[in-house]
Amino acid sequence: MPEVKLVNVSKRYGRIKANDGINLTIKDKEYVSVIGPSGCGKTTLIRNIAGIIHPDEGEIFIDEESVSNVPIEDRRIGYVFQNIALFPHMNIWDNITYGPHVRGLPQQQTRPLALEMLDMIKIAARSEAYPHELSGGTQQKTAVARALISDARLLLLDEPLGALDVKVRTELRYELRRLVKDLRLTALHVTHDQEEAMSISDRVVVMKKGRIVEAGTPVSLYTRPQHTFTANFVGEANFLKGIVVETTADTSVVDIGSGVQLRANRGKETVDERVIVVFRPEFAVLDKPIEVNRLSGKVMDVLYSGSIIRVMIKLPNDETIAAKRIASFDKPMYDVSESVTISVSPDNVLVYPYPEEGLKKALALE
Amino acid sequence: MPLVKLVNITKKFGEIIALDNIELSIEDGEYLCVLGQTGAGKTTLLRTIAGLIRPDGGEIFIEGELVNDVPPEERDAVYMFQHFALFPHMNVWDNVSFGPSIKNWDNEQVKTISSEVLEMVRLSDRQDAFPSELSGGMQQRVALARGIASGAKILLLDEPLGALDARLRVDLRRQLRRLVKDQKLTAVHVTHDQEEALMTADRIMVLRKGKVEQVGLPSEIYSSPKSIFVASFVGNANFFEGNVIEMDNSGSTIWIRGDYQIRVSQTDRKVGDKVVVAVKPTDVIINPDSHKGKNVFSGMVDSSTFVGGSMKYKVIVGDGMVIFSEALVSNIQELPRPGQEVTVSFHPARCCLFEYPEAGLLKEIEAI
Repeated sequence: MPEVKLVNVSKRYGRIKANDGINLTIKDKEYVSVIGPSGCGKTTLIRNIAGIIHPDEGEIFIDEESVSNVPIEDRRIGYVFQNIALFPHMNIWDNITYGPHVRGLPQQQTRPLALEMLDMIKIAARSEAYPHELSGGTQQKTAVARALISDARLLLLDEPLGALDVKVRTELRYELRRLVKDLRLTALHVTHDQEEAMSISDRVVVMKKGRIVEAGTPVSLYTRPQHTFTANFVGEANFLKGIVVETTADTSVVDIGSGVQLRANRGKETVDERVIVVFRPEFAVLDKPIEVNRLSGKVMDVLYSGSIIRVMIKLPNDETIAAKRIASFDKPMYDVSESVTISVSPDNVLVYPYPEEGLKKALALE
Repeated sequence: MPLVKLVNITKKFGEIIALDNIELSIEDGEYLCVLGQTGAGKTTLLRTIAGLIRPDGGEIFIEGELVNDVPPEERDAVYMFQHFALFPHMNVWDNVSFGPSIKNWDNEQVKTISSEVLEMVRLSDRQDAFPSELSGGMQQRVALARGIASGAKILLLDEPLGALDARLRVDLRRQLRRLVKDQKLTAVHVTHDQEEALMTADRIMVLRKGKVEQVGLPSEIYSSPKSIFVASFVGNANFFEGNVIEMDNSGSTIWIRGDYQIRVSQTDRKVGDKVVVAVKPTDVIINPDSHKGKNVFSGMVDSSTFVGGSMKYKVIVGDGMVIFSEALVSNIQELPRPGQEVTVSFHPARCCLFEYPEAGLLKEIEAI
């Protein structure tokens, strides 16, 4: 049921604006992730919603009711954070039933709830184990169960998987999503890991310096980011400086130096405008380049990560770009210094106005 | 002569064997990653090389010299803690130049190396700041800079990028490798992140429960895993249980429950053996150009997950054989959707064949 709405929420710490005029609506049963570099204000945002801190300005609504004067324990919120905070001297059962127990709920009411929770996180068999006897992943699942048992409808997750090994983290993230969807909860998940956010969220919010840069579905953020910052922060991208030399109703041609031109689907840019041209390494076609948007250059380096290869190519304008491909063994390999030609479909070439603060600053993670 | 050599190193903590007969040679100038889960013994290994832990058995050689009795400060190795330990009362510059200064390097040299490493970790503009004024990630980078500036030849890096944001980690790991190479240092870098290891290492050592599971080039670890654990831990894998029913010069045929047959190039098992076939999701091609050849199956996309740059598919073949595929996204409009019929295929040479483990398959691959 819960819809969460933030209207103009700001929070300052001294001179730093941790949240600066945040407007955001999280729909009922939506799984929303917030990503951004450290210090961007994502944890402040989630703490504002939880009621752990109070905004200096603005208002927060849960189900259209302002919660400014509603204390944390009455917001029907489950809150899970990075440092697994189970009671070390209590077993799993006692940890999970702690909330209902201190609220004075009778045993016969607590028991079925706890059983349901244990069943859901698939650790019913370990209910008598103590936290230190369990793996980090299982401990964190217990923390989620404990957060949910008190009838929470809104789950707030602050780097819930941050303390775990990559491998466990990857498996657990899908379980988290399944749990939220099965229980028909609304979830807000803060993470520094874009891949985590992209793979489990209905919508992703990108933050920078206390503000929301943009929000969108994972696919839209990836294929049509509205800002260069997002293009760089979410996934990999090549950035090239250029000048618009020609426009038609639906295409623009950008000169990126040394006579090399790229055609893109047209946005708002006009002839002679300084722009940044962006495309993803995986959209660069290495094997059978199409006729339009060919770029030729020299292979500078070939990098492997598992079965994916990145070919680093130096263009005639001295800029180096990356092209990505699966390292299929029946396709040709590339040698350093070899000349190659790639192509990028105009659909996959994005054009942005040249940022006032310069490209480096616009992309900076800190 | 290898720069660092471990012979038969064993270390116990109570009943737990943290290191179990470790043999390892690290060449001068090499970038070695030690990869494993929490509790695999990675940190113990690093601290043993540093001299912070004394092994119960075995010998450690650095530059040919037995160093079991040599204290840490006299080994040409610097250990960088997982939790950075900066001097809180010194600013960034003083923290970084501390090592070179106490070694009595001349001022110019101290200045050069300190500015160079600060530039590398992108903190040149924060050299006057105190640790308390920096974010956790920045502090980690100061610690990194300090370790590199210490002048030690061997860098022992314990999760050096662990406290950083995922995106920053990607940028920094490339720079870290480049710096080690430029400065002609030797690095032993401990991580639980397989992608980090694959992207930075010359060689990877996979540790599991105190034992060396496999040592090799990143491409070998990924494409030719020597065990089910490595196949699963590095880059994940599809696992199929079955029996060898046929074998000839070009490979073996495996019968899989549900009456499927998988062809593999390996011929090192016997007909009748119970086996496990492992195939990387990235080697499973969806809707290949040609439907000829071995290991081509028809199925239906059950679910797909966009992970930014690549797409993960769960495909169900026939009555329930599940195959996971991962493909780079090069055209977002033409992606198969859940419910759609597809063909999947994988080459016999991309299959790894293992003896069926005594403890069962799950025991070998469980992560949680």
